[in-house]
Amino acid sequence: MAISEQEIRKVALLARLELTPEEARLMATQLSRVLEYMELLNSVDTQGVEPLALAVEVTNVLREDRVTPGLDRESALANAPHRDDECYRVPAVLGET
Amino acid sequence: MAALPYTIVVGLEVHVQLLTESKLFCGCSTKFGAPPNTQTCPVCIGMPGVLPVMNAKAFALALKAAAALNCHIATFTKWDRKNYYYPDLPKGYQISQYDLPLCRDGWLDVPSEDEAEDRRIRIIRVHLEEDAGKSLHDEKAGRADSRIDLNRAGTPLLEIVTYPDIRSPAEAKTFLQELKLLLNYLEVSDCNMQEGSLRVDANINLHIPTPQGIAATPIVEVKNMNSFRAVEKALAYEAERQWGVFQETGRKLGEVPKQTRGWDEHAEVTRPQRSKEESSDYRYFPEPDLVPVTVTPEEIERVQASLGELPADLRRRLRRDYGLNAYDADVLVNQGRSTVHYFLRLADVCGDGKAAANWIQQDVLRVVHERQISITDFPIPPDTLGEVIRMVRGGRLDTPKGRQVFAHLLQHGGRPQEAVDALGFKDVDDAEVQALCRELVDANPKVVAEVRSGKEKALGSLVGQAKKRNPHVNPARVKEICLELIARM
Ligand SMILES: [Zn+2]
Repeated sequence: MAISEQEIRKVALLARLELTPEEARLMATQLSRVLEYMELLNSVDTQGVEPLALAVEVTNVLREDRVTPGLDRESALANAPHRDDECYRVPAVLGET
Repeated sequence: MAALPYTIVVGLEVHVQLLTESKLFCGCSTKFGAPPNTQTCPVCIGMPGVLPVMNAKAFALALKAAAALNCHIATFTKWDRKNYYYPDLPKGYQISQYDLPLCRDGWLDVPSEDEAEDRRIRIIRVHLEEDAGKSLHDEKAGRADSRIDLNRAGTPLLEIVTYPDIRSPAEAKTFLQELKLLLNYLEVSDCNMQEGSLRVDANINLHIPTPQGIAATPIVEVKNMNSFRAVEKALAYEAERQWGVFQETGRKLGEVPKQTRGWDEHAEVTRPQRSKEESSDYRYFPEPDLVPVTVTPEEIERVQASLGELPADLRRRLRRDYGLNAYDADVLVNQGRSTVHYFLRLADVCGDGKAAANWIQQDVLRVVHERQISITDFPIPPDTLGEVIRMVRGGRLDTPKGRQVFAHLLQHGGRPQEAVDALGFKDVDDAEVQALCRELVDANPKVVAEVRSGKEKALGSLVGQAKKRNPHVNPARVKEICLELIARM
Protein backbone atom coordinates (compact mmCIF):
# COMPACT_ATOMS: atom_id res chain seq x y z
CA MET A 1 0.00 0.00 0.00
CA ALA A 2 1.21 3.49 -0.83
CA ILE A 3 0.20 4.89 2.54
CA SER A 4 0.42 3.27 5.94
CA GLU A 5 -2.20 3.31 8.66
CA GLN A 6 0.22 5.30 10.78
CA GLU A 7 0.41 8.01 8.13
CA ILE A 8 -3.36 7.99 7.91
CA ARG A 9 -3.55 8.60 11.65
CA LYS A 10 -1.16 11.54 11.33
CA VAL A 11 -3.11 13.10 8.46
CA ALA A 12 -6.34 12.56 10.40
CA LEU A 13 -4.87 14.32 13.40
CA LEU A 14 -3.79 17.27 11.26
CA ALA A 15 -7.29 17.42 9.77
CA ARG A 16 -8.86 17.05 13.23
CA LEU A 17 -10.70 13.89 12.19
CA GLU A 18 -11.36 11.05 14.59
CA LEU A 19 -11.19 7.72 12.79
CA THR A 20 -12.09 4.32 14.15
CA PRO A 21 -9.48 1.63 13.39
CA GLU A 22 -11.86 0.31 10.77
CA GLU A 23 -12.20 3.73 9.11
CA ALA A 24 -8.44 4.20 9.23
CA ARG A 25 -7.97 0.91 7.37
CA LEU A 26 -10.59 1.91 4.81
CA MET A 27 -8.96 5.32 4.31
CA ALA A 28 -5.55 3.73 3.91
CA THR A 29 -6.89 1.55 1.07
CA GLN A 30 -8.74 4.37 -0.64
CA LEU A 31 -6.00 7.01 -0.32
CA SER A 32 -3.45 4.46 -1.50
CA ARG A 33 -5.45 4.05 -4.68
CA VAL A 34 -5.39 7.84 -5.20
CA LEU A 35 -1.65 7.95 -4.59
CA GLU A 36 -1.06 5.05 -6.97
CA TYR A 37 -2.87 7.02 -9.62
CA MET A 38 -0.55 9.95 -8.91
CA GLU A 39 2.37 7.58 -9.46
CA LEU A 40 1.12 7.26 -13.01
CA LEU A 41 1.55 11.03 -13.45
CA ASN A 42 5.01 10.79 -11.93
CA SER A 43 6.03 8.44 -14.68
CA VAL A 44 5.68 11.18 -17.29
CA ASP A 45 9.03 12.61 -18.38
CA THR A 46 9.00 16.30 -17.32
CA GLN A 47 12.65 17.03 -17.93
CA GLY A 48 13.07 20.59 -19.19
CA VAL A 49 9.46 21.56 -18.41
CA GLU A 50 9.05 24.64 -16.22
CA PRO A 51 6.95 24.01 -13.10
CA LEU A 52 3.56 25.66 -13.32
CA ALA A 53 2.17 27.75 -10.46
CA LEU A 54 -1.30 27.68 -11.94
CA ALA A 55 -3.05 25.83 -14.72
CA VAL A 56 -4.09 29.08 -16.41
CA GLU A 57 -1.47 31.47 -17.72
CA VAL A 58 -2.90 34.59 -16.12
CA THR A 59 -1.07 36.98 -13.82
CA ASN A 60 -1.72 40.27 -12.02
CA VAL A 61 -5.42 40.14 -11.33
CA LEU A 62 -5.81 42.89 -8.76
CA ARG A 63 -8.67 44.92 -7.36
CA GLU A 64 -8.81 48.52 -6.24
CA ASP A 65 -8.57 49.12 -2.47
CA ARG A 66 -12.18 50.06 -1.91
CA VAL A 67 -14.60 49.03 0.86
CA THR A 68 -17.65 47.21 -0.45
CA PRO A 69 -20.71 46.10 1.53
CA GLY A 70 -20.30 42.76 3.30
CA LEU A 71 -22.62 40.64 5.41
CA ASP A 72 -24.70 41.92 8.25
CA ARG A 73 -23.89 40.15 11.50
CA GLU A 74 -27.02 38.02 11.56
CA SER A 75 -26.22 36.57 8.14
CA ALA A 76 -22.57 36.06 9.06
CA LEU A 77 -23.49 34.09 12.19
CA ALA A 78 -26.53 32.32 10.71
CA ASN A 79 -24.84 29.01 9.93
CA ALA A 80 -22.87 28.70 13.15
CA PRO A 81 -23.74 25.66 15.29
CA HIS A 82 -23.03 27.73 18.41
CA ARG A 83 -23.19 31.48 18.69
CA ASP A 84 -24.33 34.36 20.86
CA ASP A 85 -25.53 37.84 19.90
CA GLU A 86 -22.14 38.94 18.65
CA CYS A 87 -19.80 36.03 18.17
CA TYR A 88 -19.27 32.48 17.07
CA ARG A 89 -18.79 30.21 20.06
CA VAL A 90 -16.29 27.38 20.02
CA PRO A 91 -14.90 24.99 22.61
CA ALA A 92 -12.20 26.71 24.68
CA VAL A 93 -9.05 27.33 22.69
CA LEU A 94 -6.17 25.43 24.23
CA GLY A 95 -2.52 26.26 23.94
CA GLU A 96 -2.84 29.92 24.84
CA THR A 97 -1.18 30.77 28.16
CA MET B 1 28.17 46.88 31.65
CA ALA B 2 30.17 43.84 32.67
CA ALA B 3 30.85 41.42 29.85
CA LEU B 4 28.45 38.50 29.86
CA PRO B 5 29.85 34.95 29.81
CA TYR B 6 27.79 34.34 26.64
CA THR B 7 26.57 35.99 23.45
CA ILE B 8 22.83 36.53 23.02
CA VAL B 9 21.53 35.57 19.58
CA VAL B 10 18.10 36.84 18.56
CA GLY B 11 16.05 36.72 15.37
CA LEU B 12 12.69 38.44 15.08
CA GLU B 13 9.54 37.60 13.19
CA VAL B 14 7.42 40.73 12.84
CA HIS B 15 3.90 41.05 11.47
CA VAL B 16 2.66 44.49 10.53
CA GLN B 17 -0.77 45.44 9.28
CA LEU B 18 -0.76 47.36 6.02
CA LEU B 19 -2.57 50.70 5.81
CA THR B 20 -5.35 49.73 3.43
CA GLU B 21 -9.04 50.58 3.57
CA SER B 22 -10.14 47.07 2.65
CA LYS B 23 -8.95 43.53 3.35
CA LEU B 24 -6.40 41.61 1.31
CA PHE B 25 -8.79 39.51 -0.78
CA CYS B 26 -12.22 41.12 -0.31
CA GLY B 27 -13.81 44.54 0.09
CA CYS B 28 -14.48 44.33 3.85
CA SER B 29 -13.26 47.26 5.93
CA THR B 30 -10.08 46.90 7.99
CA LYS B 31 -11.09 49.63 10.41
CA PHE B 32 -10.09 48.88 14.01
CA GLY B 33 -12.61 48.76 16.83
CA ALA B 34 -15.86 47.84 15.05
CA PRO B 35 -18.34 45.63 16.95
CA PRO B 36 -17.49 41.91 16.54
CA ASN B 37 -18.39 40.24 13.25
CA THR B 38 -19.65 43.36 11.48
CA GLN B 39 -16.83 43.53 8.91
CA THR B 40 -17.08 40.20 7.15
CA CYS B 41 -18.25 38.74 3.87
CA PRO B 42 -18.44 35.26 2.31
CA VAL B 43 -14.79 35.54 1.14
CA CYS B 44 -13.17 36.28 4.50
CA ILE B 45 -15.34 33.90 6.54
CA GLY B 46 -14.50 31.06 4.21
CA MET B 47 -17.79 30.23 2.52
CA PRO B 48 -17.52 27.64 -0.24
CA GLY B 49 -17.29 28.81 -3.83
CA VAL B 50 -15.92 32.28 -3.22
CA LEU B 51 -12.99 33.79 -5.05
CA PRO B 52 -10.28 35.92 -3.39
CA VAL B 53 -8.92 38.85 -5.44
CA MET B 54 -5.68 40.61 -4.49
CA ASN B 55 -5.85 44.17 -3.16
CA ALA B 56 -3.63 46.33 -5.41
CA LYS B 57 -2.82 48.82 -2.65
CA ALA B 58 -1.71 46.05 -0.28
CA PHE B 59 0.62 44.72 -2.93
CA ALA B 60 1.99 48.20 -3.66
CA LEU B 61 2.63 48.87 0.05
CA ALA B 62 4.39 45.52 0.43
CA LEU B 63 6.63 46.41 -2.52
CA LYS B 64 7.43 49.78 -0.99
CA ALA B 65 8.43 48.19 2.33
CA ALA B 66 10.50 45.57 0.56
CA ALA B 67 12.37 48.22 -1.41
CA ALA B 68 13.02 50.31 1.71
CA LEU B 69 14.33 47.19 3.48
CA ASN B 70 16.87 46.80 0.68
CA CYS B 71 15.42 43.46 -0.36
CA HIS B 72 15.82 41.54 -3.54
CA ILE B 73 12.30 41.76 -4.98
CA ALA B 74 10.98 38.79 -6.91
CA THR B 75 9.69 39.54 -10.38
CA PHE B 76 7.34 36.57 -10.03
CA THR B 77 5.55 35.86 -6.77
CA LYS B 78 2.71 33.53 -5.85
CA TRP B 79 0.61 32.58 -2.84
CA ASP B 80 0.20 29.29 -1.01
CA ARG B 81 -2.18 27.71 1.44
CA LYS B 82 -0.79 27.13 4.91
CA ASN B 83 -3.06 24.48 6.37
CA TYR B 84 -3.87 24.28 10.05
CA TYR B 85 -6.96 24.11 12.18
CA TYR B 86 -7.68 26.84 14.62
CA PRO B 87 -11.08 28.33 15.51
CA ASP B 88 -10.12 31.83 14.37
CA LEU B 89 -9.10 30.56 10.93
CA PRO B 90 -12.40 30.01 9.14
CA LYS B 91 -11.06 28.44 5.93
CA GLY B 92 -8.82 25.94 7.71
CA TYR B 93 -5.88 27.50 5.91
CA GLN B 94 -4.17 30.86 5.74
CA ILE B 95 -3.28 32.35 2.39
CA SER B 96 0.41 33.05 2.76
CA GLN B 97 3.60 32.77 0.72
CA TYR B 98 5.90 29.78 0.94
CA ASP B 99 8.59 29.15 -1.65
CA LEU B 100 8.29 32.26 -3.80
CA PRO B 101 7.91 35.14 -1.32
CA LEU B 102 7.65 38.73 -2.48
CA CYS B 103 11.25 39.36 -1.53
CA ARG B 104 14.30 38.12 0.32
CA ASP B 105 17.79 39.08 1.45
CA GLY B 106 17.41 42.63 2.71
CA TRP B 107 18.71 44.61 5.65
CA LEU B 108 17.94 47.44 8.01
CA ASP B 109 20.66 49.51 9.66
CA VAL B 110 19.92 50.42 13.25
CA PRO B 111 21.67 53.07 15.33
CA SER B 112 24.02 51.47 17.82
CA GLU B 113 24.58 52.85 21.29
CA ASP B 114 28.18 51.96 21.93
CA GLU B 115 29.49 51.72 18.38
CA ALA B 116 29.94 54.70 16.13
CA GLU B 117 28.79 52.66 13.15
CA ASP B 118 25.19 51.57 12.66
CA ARG B 119 24.50 47.87 13.12
CA ARG B 120 23.20 46.06 10.05
CA ILE B 121 20.42 43.55 10.77
CA ARG B 122 19.83 41.31 7.77
CA ILE B 123 16.32 40.39 6.64
CA ILE B 124 15.68 36.80 5.47
CA ARG B 125 12.37 37.42 3.76
CA VAL B 126 9.31 39.63 3.54
CA HIS B 127 6.00 38.27 2.40
CA LEU B 128 2.36 39.27 2.11
CA GLU B 129 -0.30 37.20 3.87
CA GLU B 130 -3.74 37.44 5.43
CA ASP B 131 -4.50 37.73 9.14
CA ALA B 132 -6.68 35.34 11.13
CA GLY B 133 -9.64 36.34 13.30
CA LYS B 134 -9.53 36.92 17.02
CA SER B 135 -10.40 34.63 19.93
CA LEU B 136 -12.06 36.48 22.78
CA HIS B 137 -11.76 34.55 25.98
CA ASP B 138 -14.97 34.61 27.92
CA GLU B 139 -14.25 34.74 31.60
CA LYS B 140 -17.93 34.93 32.51
CA ALA B 141 -19.48 32.54 35.03
CA GLY B 142 -17.91 29.22 34.27
CA ARG B 143 -18.30 29.39 30.51
CA ALA B 144 -15.57 27.22 29.17
CA ASP B 145 -15.85 28.26 25.55
CA SER B 146 -14.21 30.93 23.43
CA ARG B 147 -15.88 33.61 21.34
CA ILE B 148 -14.63 34.28 17.82
CA ASP B 149 -14.63 37.66 16.07
CA LEU B 150 -13.76 37.46 12.38
CA ASN B 151 -13.49 41.22 11.67
CA ARG B 152 -9.74 40.89 11.44
CA ALA B 153 -9.76 37.75 9.27
CA GLY B 154 -8.28 38.57 5.88
CA THR B 155 -6.58 41.81 6.93
CA PRO B 156 -3.35 42.30 4.94
CA LEU B 157 -0.17 41.58 6.89
CA LEU B 158 3.45 41.88 6.00
CA GLU B 159 5.64 39.26 7.62
CA ILE B 160 9.24 40.36 8.09
CA VAL B 161 11.76 37.77 9.26
CA THR B 162 15.27 38.75 10.34
CA TYR B 163 18.42 36.69 10.46
CA PRO B 164 19.61 35.95 14.00
CA ASP B 165 21.80 39.06 13.82
CA ILE B 166 20.49 40.81 16.92
CA ARG B 167 22.89 40.64 19.85
CA SER B 168 21.04 42.07 22.85
CA PRO B 169 17.52 42.70 24.18
CA ALA B 170 18.14 46.45 23.81
CA GLU B 171 19.13 45.98 20.20
CA ALA B 172 15.90 44.05 19.54
CA LYS B 173 13.99 47.03 20.86
CA THR B 174 16.04 49.47 18.77
CA PHE B 175 15.46 47.36 15.65
CA LEU B 176 11.70 47.41 16.25
CA GLN B 177 11.70 51.17 16.84
CA GLU B 178 13.66 51.74 13.65
CA LEU B 179 11.41 49.40 11.67
CA LYS B 180 8.32 51.14 13.00
CA LEU B 181 9.75 54.56 12.15
CA LEU B 182 10.60 53.41 8.63
CA LEU B 183 7.15 51.94 8.00
CA ASN B 184 5.53 55.08 9.45
CA TYR B 185 7.57 57.26 7.09
CA LEU B 186 6.57 55.08 4.15
CA GLU B 187 2.93 55.15 5.28
CA VAL B 188 2.96 51.39 4.94
CA SER B 189 1.76 50.67 8.48
CA ASP B 190 0.99 52.61 11.63
CA CYS B 191 2.64 49.78 13.63
CA ASN B 192 0.32 50.39 16.56
CA MET B 193 0.92 47.51 18.98
CA GLN B 194 -2.14 48.31 21.11
CA GLU B 195 -4.38 47.80 18.09
CA GLY B 196 -2.46 44.73 17.00
CA SER B 197 -1.05 46.29 13.86
CA LEU B 198 2.45 45.23 14.88
CA ARG B 199 3.09 41.86 16.47
CA VAL B 200 6.43 40.31 17.19
CA ASP B 201 7.80 36.89 18.08
CA ALA B 202 11.44 36.32 18.91
CA ASN B 203 13.76 33.34 18.58
CA ILE B 204 16.54 33.45 21.12
CA ASN B 205 19.44 31.32 22.27
CA LEU B 206 22.90 31.77 23.72
CA HIS B 207 26.35 31.06 22.31
CA ILE B 208 28.61 30.08 25.20
CA PRO B 209 32.37 29.74 24.85
CA THR B 210 33.55 26.48 26.46
CA PRO B 211 36.86 24.62 26.37
CA GLN B 212 35.26 22.37 23.72
CA GLY B 213 34.30 25.33 21.53
CA ILE B 214 31.13 27.39 21.29
CA ALA B 215 28.08 25.71 22.82
CA ALA B 216 24.65 26.88 21.64
CA THR B 217 21.65 26.55 23.92
CA PRO B 218 18.33 25.24 22.55
CA ILE B 219 16.39 27.91 20.63
CA VAL B 220 13.27 29.21 22.34
CA GLU B 221 10.50 31.10 20.59
CA VAL B 222 9.09 33.85 22.81
CA LYS B 223 5.54 35.08 22.19
CA ASN B 224 2.93 37.35 23.83
CA MET B 225 5.08 40.46 23.99
CA ASN B 226 2.76 43.45 23.87
CA SER B 227 5.16 46.38 23.71
CA PHE B 228 8.72 47.12 22.64
CA ARG B 229 9.60 47.43 26.31
CA ALA B 230 8.11 43.97 26.90
CA VAL B 231 10.27 42.56 24.09
CA GLU B 232 13.37 43.92 25.77
CA LYS B 233 12.37 42.64 29.20
CA ALA B 234 11.25 39.22 27.97
CA LEU B 235 14.50 38.65 26.06
CA ALA B 236 16.61 39.76 29.01
CA TYR B 237 14.71 37.37 31.26
CA GLU B 238 14.93 34.55 28.75
CA ALA B 239 18.69 34.95 28.26
CA GLU B 240 19.29 34.68 31.99
CA ARG B 241 16.93 31.74 32.26
CA GLN B 242 18.72 29.87 29.47
CA TRP B 243 22.08 30.60 31.09
CA GLY B 244 20.79 29.14 34.37
CA VAL B 245 19.38 26.05 32.67
CA PHE B 246 22.61 25.52 30.72
CA GLN B 247 24.73 25.70 33.84
CA GLU B 248 22.43 23.20 35.51
CA THR B 249 21.91 20.73 32.67
CA GLY B 250 24.50 21.50 30.00
CA ARG B 251 21.79 20.87 27.41
CA LYS B 252 22.61 22.07 23.93
CA LEU B 253 20.83 22.92 20.71
CA GLY B 254 19.42 19.82 19.05
CA GLU B 255 19.21 17.80 22.26
CA VAL B 256 15.69 18.98 23.09
CA PRO B 257 12.84 20.00 20.78
CA LYS B 258 12.33 23.70 20.10
CA GLN B 259 10.26 25.26 22.84
CA THR B 260 7.68 28.02 22.71
CA ARG B 261 7.35 30.24 25.75
CA GLY B 262 4.94 33.08 26.47
CA TRP B 263 5.88 36.31 28.23
CA ASP B 264 3.85 36.91 31.38
CA GLU B 265 3.73 40.69 31.65
CA HIS B 266 2.71 40.74 35.31
CA ALA B 267 5.00 38.08 36.73
CA GLU B 268 7.79 39.22 34.34
CA VAL B 269 8.72 35.66 33.44
CA THR B 270 8.42 33.46 30.35
CA ARG B 271 6.36 30.30 30.73
CA PRO B 272 6.22 27.24 28.49
CA GLN B 273 3.30 27.20 26.07
CA ARG B 274 1.61 24.09 24.81
CA SER B 275 3.68 22.92 21.91
CA LYS B 276 1.96 22.82 18.54
CA GLU B 277 4.56 20.28 17.50
CA GLU B 278 2.12 17.79 16.02
CA SER B 279 0.51 20.48 13.89
CA SER B 280 3.70 22.07 12.63
CA ASP B 281 3.23 20.23 9.36
CA TYR B 282 1.45 22.93 7.39
CA ARG B 283 1.24 21.00 4.09
CA TYR B 284 1.72 24.13 1.97
CA PHE B 285 0.49 23.98 -1.58
CA PRO B 286 -0.10 26.66 -4.24
CA GLU B 287 -3.31 28.65 -3.75
CA PRO B 288 -5.30 27.69 -6.83
CA ASP B 289 -7.76 30.60 -6.51
CA LEU B 290 -5.16 33.37 -6.80
CA VAL B 291 -3.05 34.12 -9.83
CA PRO B 292 0.63 34.98 -9.43
CA VAL B 293 1.79 38.60 -9.58
CA THR B 294 4.69 39.69 -11.73
CA VAL B 295 6.66 42.89 -11.35
CA THR B 296 8.98 44.26 -14.01
CA PRO B 297 12.46 45.55 -13.15
CA GLU B 298 11.27 48.99 -14.32
CA GLU B 299 8.41 48.91 -11.83
CA ILE B 300 10.82 47.94 -9.05
CA GLU B 301 13.07 50.84 -10.01
CA ARG B 302 10.11 53.21 -9.95
CA VAL B 303 9.16 52.04 -6.44
CA GLN B 304 12.75 52.49 -5.24
CA ALA B 305 12.85 55.99 -6.70
CA SER B 306 9.56 56.92 -5.02
CA LEU B 307 10.65 56.17 -1.46
CA GLY B 308 11.88 59.66 -0.69
CA GLU B 309 14.27 60.42 2.14
CA LEU B 310 14.07 57.76 4.84
CA PRO B 311 14.83 58.21 8.55
CA ALA B 312 18.49 57.20 8.27
CA ASP B 313 19.06 59.62 5.34
CA LEU B 314 17.32 62.44 7.19
CA ARG B 315 19.34 61.92 10.38
CA ARG B 316 22.50 62.11 8.31
CA ARG B 317 21.36 65.28 6.50
CA LEU B 318 20.31 67.07 9.69
CA ARG B 319 23.72 66.41 11.21
CA ARG B 320 25.75 67.20 8.12
CA ASP B 321 23.87 70.19 6.66
CA TYR B 322 22.30 71.74 9.76
CA GLY B 323 24.97 71.10 12.36
CA LEU B 324 22.71 69.15 14.73
CA ASN B 325 24.13 66.64 17.15
CA ALA B 326 23.04 63.00 17.02
CA TYR B 327 20.55 63.44 19.83
CA ASP B 328 18.71 66.42 18.32
CA ALA B 329 18.67 64.84 14.86
CA ASP B 330 17.21 61.69 16.37
CA VAL B 331 14.50 63.52 18.33
CA LEU B 332 13.32 65.38 15.23
CA VAL B 333 13.42 62.39 12.89
CA ASN B 334 11.59 60.22 15.43
CA GLN B 335 8.74 62.74 15.43
CA GLY B 336 7.96 61.83 11.84
CA ARG B 337 8.25 63.28 8.38
CA SER B 338 6.07 66.37 8.92
CA THR B 339 8.12 67.52 11.91
CA VAL B 340 11.29 67.13 9.87
CA HIS B 341 9.72 69.18 7.07
CA TYR B 342 8.74 71.88 9.57
CA PHE B 343 12.30 71.88 10.88
CA LEU B 344 13.91 72.14 7.44
CA ARG B 345 11.79 75.14 6.50
CA LEU B 346 12.30 76.79 9.90
CA ALA B 347 16.07 76.29 9.81
CA ASP B 348 16.28 77.65 6.27
CA VAL B 349 14.25 80.75 7.15
CA CYS B 350 16.07 81.56 10.40
CA GLY B 351 19.47 80.42 9.19
CA ASP B 352 20.38 78.54 12.37
CA GLY B 353 19.75 74.77 12.59
CA LYS B 354 20.56 74.46 16.26
CA ALA B 355 18.23 77.35 17.22
CA ALA B 356 15.48 75.90 15.02
CA ALA B 357 15.88 72.49 16.68
CA ASN B 358 15.71 74.08 20.15
CA TRP B 359 12.58 76.08 19.38
CA ILE B 360 10.86 73.00 17.95
CA GLN B 361 11.78 70.78 20.87
CA GLN B 362 11.09 73.29 23.64
CA ASP B 363 8.20 75.29 22.27
CA VAL B 364 6.53 73.84 19.18
CA LEU B 365 6.41 70.20 20.29
CA ARG B 366 5.27 71.19 23.77
CA VAL B 367 2.18 72.84 22.28
CA VAL B 368 1.68 70.02 19.78
CA HIS B 369 1.67 67.48 22.63
CA GLU B 370 -0.49 69.60 24.95
CA ARG B 371 -3.10 70.12 22.26
CA GLN B 372 -2.68 66.60 20.92
CA ILE B 373 -2.51 67.89 17.38
CA SER B 374 -0.29 67.07 14.45
CA ILE B 375 2.47 69.51 13.62
CA THR B 376 0.74 70.13 10.28
CA ASP B 377 -2.08 71.72 12.32
CA PHE B 378 0.30 73.83 14.41
CA PRO B 379 -0.97 77.44 14.09
CA ILE B 380 2.38 79.22 13.59
CA PRO B 381 3.83 78.47 10.15
CA PRO B 382 7.61 77.85 10.02
CA ASP B 383 8.16 81.03 8.00
CA THR B 384 6.61 83.12 10.77
CA LEU B 385 8.45 81.39 13.59
CA GLY B 386 11.64 81.67 11.54
CA GLU B 387 11.23 85.45 11.56
CA VAL B 388 10.86 85.46 15.36
CA ILE B 389 14.04 83.40 15.73
CA ARG B 390 15.80 85.82 13.41
CA MET B 391 14.74 88.69 15.68
CA VAL B 392 16.14 86.86 18.70
CA ARG B 393 19.35 85.99 16.91
CA GLY B 394 19.77 89.58 15.73
CA GLY B 395 19.36 90.90 19.25
CA ARG B 396 16.06 92.65 18.59
CA LEU B 397 14.36 90.41 21.16
CA ASP B 398 15.78 88.49 24.06
CA THR B 399 14.70 84.89 24.48
CA PRO B 400 11.99 85.54 27.11
CA LYS B 401 10.49 88.24 24.86
CA GLY B 402 10.81 85.90 21.90
CA ARG B 403 8.77 83.39 23.87
CA GLN B 404 6.15 86.07 24.60
CA VAL B 405 5.94 86.83 20.88
CA PHE B 406 5.58 83.09 20.25
CA ALA B 407 2.72 82.86 22.79
CA HIS B 408 1.05 85.91 21.23
CA LEU B 409 1.26 84.46 17.72
CA LEU B 410 -0.07 81.18 19.03
CA GLN B 411 -3.13 82.92 20.43
CA HIS B 412 -3.78 85.66 17.91
CA GLY B 413 -1.93 84.69 14.75
CA GLY B 414 -0.57 87.47 12.56
CA ARG B 415 2.97 88.53 11.72
CA PRO B 416 5.83 88.71 14.26
CA GLN B 417 6.05 92.51 13.91
CA GLU B 418 2.36 92.81 14.80
CA ALA B 419 2.93 90.70 17.91
CA VAL B 420 5.96 92.78 18.87
CA ASP B 421 3.88 95.97 18.52
CA ALA B 422 0.89 94.54 20.37
CA LEU B 423 3.12 93.48 23.25
CA GLY B 424 4.58 97.01 23.36
CA PHE B 425 8.13 95.81 22.75
CA LYS B 426 9.93 98.77 21.28
CA ASP B 427 12.74 98.18 18.93
CA VAL B 428 15.86 99.68 20.37
CA ASP B 429 18.38 100.75 17.82
CA ASP B 430 21.67 98.98 18.34
CA ALA B 431 23.54 102.31 18.21
CA GLU B 432 21.37 103.52 21.08
CA VAL B 433 22.25 100.43 23.14
CA GLN B 434 25.92 100.93 22.34
CA ALA B 435 25.75 104.53 23.56
CA LEU B 436 23.93 103.52 26.72
CA CYS B 437 26.49 100.83 27.48
CA ARG B 438 29.40 103.24 26.97
CA GLU B 439 27.80 105.63 29.44
CA LEU B 440 27.32 102.89 32.02
CA VAL B 441 30.84 101.56 31.64
CA ASP B 442 32.26 105.03 32.04
CA ALA B 443 30.11 105.74 35.08
CA ASN B 444 30.89 102.50 36.94
CA PRO B 445 34.66 102.07 37.29
CA LYS B 446 34.23 99.75 40.29
CA VAL B 447 32.13 97.29 38.35
CA VAL B 448 34.53 97.47 35.44
CA ALA B 449 37.43 96.63 37.75
CA GLU B 450 35.56 93.66 39.17
CA VAL B 451 34.76 92.34 35.72
CA ARG B 452 38.38 92.77 34.68
CA SER B 453 39.48 90.78 37.71
CA GLY B 454 37.35 87.89 36.39
CA LYS B 455 34.05 88.44 38.18
CA GLU B 456 31.81 88.46 35.17
CA LYS B 457 28.81 88.29 37.49
CA ALA B 458 29.37 91.94 38.37
CA LEU B 459 28.00 92.80 34.93
CA GLY B 460 24.54 92.11 36.34
CA SER B 461 24.49 95.52 37.94
CA LEU B 462 25.18 97.22 34.57
CA VAL B 463 22.41 95.19 32.93
CA GLY B 464 20.06 96.15 35.74
CA GLN B 465 20.84 99.84 35.31
CA ALA B 466 20.43 99.58 31.54
CA LYS B 467 16.98 98.02 31.95
CA LYS B 468 15.97 100.77 34.33
CA ARG B 469 17.00 103.39 31.80
CA ASN B 470 15.31 101.64 28.88
CA PRO B 471 13.04 98.65 29.58
CA HIS B 472 13.11 97.58 25.93
CA VAL B 473 16.82 96.77 25.72
CA ASN B 474 17.89 93.19 25.27
CA PRO B 475 19.88 92.21 28.39
CA ALA B 476 21.97 89.69 26.49
CA ARG B 477 22.94 92.38 24.00
CA VAL B 478 23.82 94.82 26.83
CA LYS B 479 26.01 92.20 28.44
CA GLU B 480 27.70 91.46 25.16
CA ILE B 481 28.44 95.11 24.36
CA CYS B 482 29.67 95.91 27.88
CA LEU B 483 32.05 92.95 27.82
CA GLU B 484 33.41 94.09 24.48
CA LEU B 485 33.91 97.64 25.75
CA ILE B 486 35.64 96.50 28.93
CA ALA B 487 37.89 94.16 27.00
CA ARG B 488 38.99 97.03 24.79
CA MET B 489 39.71 99.33 27.74
ZN1 LIG C 1 -14.63 40.02 3.56
